[in-house]
Amino acid sequence: MKVTIDRNKCVGAGQCVLAAPEVFAQSDEDGLVVLRVQTPSTELREPVRAAANLCPALAITVEDD
Amino acid sequence: MNREAASENQLDYPMPRTCPFDPPSALIKLQEEEPIRRVRIWDGSHPWLVTGYNAAREILSDRRMSVDSDRPGYPFSSDGGRGRRQVNKVLTNMDDPEHQFVRRMLTRDFMVTRTRAMRPQIQESVDQLIEKMLAGPKPADFVEALALPLPSLVICQLLGVPYEDSRYLEELSRIQLSQLSTAEQTAAALRGMLDFLGKVVDEKDKNPQDDVISRLVVEQMRTRVMQRHEVVNACQTLFLAGHETTANQIALSTLVFLQNPELLERLRTAEDPAVIANAVEEMLRYLTVIHLGRARVATEDFKFHGQHIKAGDGVIVALNAANRDEDAFENPNQVDINRKARHHIAFGFGIHQCLGQPLARVELEVVYSTLYRRIPTLALAVPFEDIEFKNSLVYGVKALPVTW
Repeated sequence: MKVTIDRNKCVGAGQCVLAAPEVFAQSDEDGLVVLRVQTPSTELREPVRAAANLCPALAITVEDD
Repeated sequence: MNREAASENQLDYPMPRTCPFDPPSALIKLQEEEPIRRVRIWDGSHPWLVTGYNAAREILSDRRMSVDSDRPGYPFSSDGGRGRRQVNKVLTNMDDPEHQFVRRMLTRDFMVTRTRAMRPQIQESVDQLIEKMLAGPKPADFVEALALPLPSLVICQLLGVPYEDSRYLEELSRIQLSQLSTAEQTAAALRGMLDFLGKVVDEKDKNPQDDVISRLVVEQMRTRVMQRHEVVNACQTLFLAGHETTANQIALSTLVFLQNPELLERLRTAEDPAVIANAVEEMLRYLTVIHLGRARVATEDFKFHGQHIKAGDGVIVALNAANRDEDAFENPNQVDINRKARHHIAFGFGIHQCLGQPLARVELEVVYSTLYRRIPTLALAVPFEDIEFKNSLVYGVKALPVTW
């Protein structure tokens, strides 16, 4: 699975960090999303999907292998 | 006048509640029968009302919808709501790119890691407020003793506003949010708050400290990235949004718990912090204190779930109905602190979703994990029927008499 983020859309709500902290973080500089892992392992599939669904700014895209 | 308005089928919004914890039953009926339809509001206009969960998310994240209250057709919640917007324009009524510019000045301060770092300080405040209540007379008003002072204290500390002035600001907030206030009253209360915070901003300019207002002054105002009035407006939004919402959520959820001894017992004995965090999400969903919907106005014509929305049409999204949609939550009218409820839209959805939500979560988690353990005998001091609920943009109780 491949994750992409759009920092320009991000509004810093923090939903992704709560849903999948292994994959998403927020930058100390501006509070906007930072991708920690681009291709998360399969056991993170569910939390990553949840993060994408929860993101209010629709800034997370998930592509399945 | 549009066709719906002329027909017999006219429906007034908001409808009265039938049960204090549930959205009006007429709203839920609409969700089943007409998830998007015209309603009549206080000023005689006929915006659309959206009650379904998916449709609510779609509208709130649709770039063709504007929050700009200067656009004709914007559905104000009351005359008082309109009065406030004549004084200043805040983040919640700005579209991008203006919205993005202001929001990004503030995102850093509400990051998950930063708000979590505030937890020990929040814990200390909760502990102190509880001890103070226990040392005082019984019964006590829980709203005055903890539900209101806690978020007020937290936002004052974060912003750098002297807490001894918070009572004044709380009263101005109450007037601004009351559905019973006139446009003149809300405008005057808002001006009072802006004047007060303007003085705080000037104070920080002379003597900057370690707080959000000082940071905005030093990093944004002095470098002329933001103007003084923009900084003051941002502070006003943060103060208003930062205490009234959380305060009502604390008081109202405590009332629900006191009415459900089994629930209370599970919170009291929960060993895993995840149980508490999950309960916080469920109570946000179940109570949805932002109960009069979020207002938008269409900027283009488009077809939406079988209806034709036209540019200039107002749209109200009923968050409270959406959070009780069976398509999104099984047995939606039941409180189930074990359910997966994180996809609720109590904080809204789209680019305007609550900026302070990580802070609200920490405050609620600390209260839920502390209060009922520290006071296992906490109980209502009056019959449930005597509890009065308020007519405000943020739903809640006027007072919550408790004993122990």
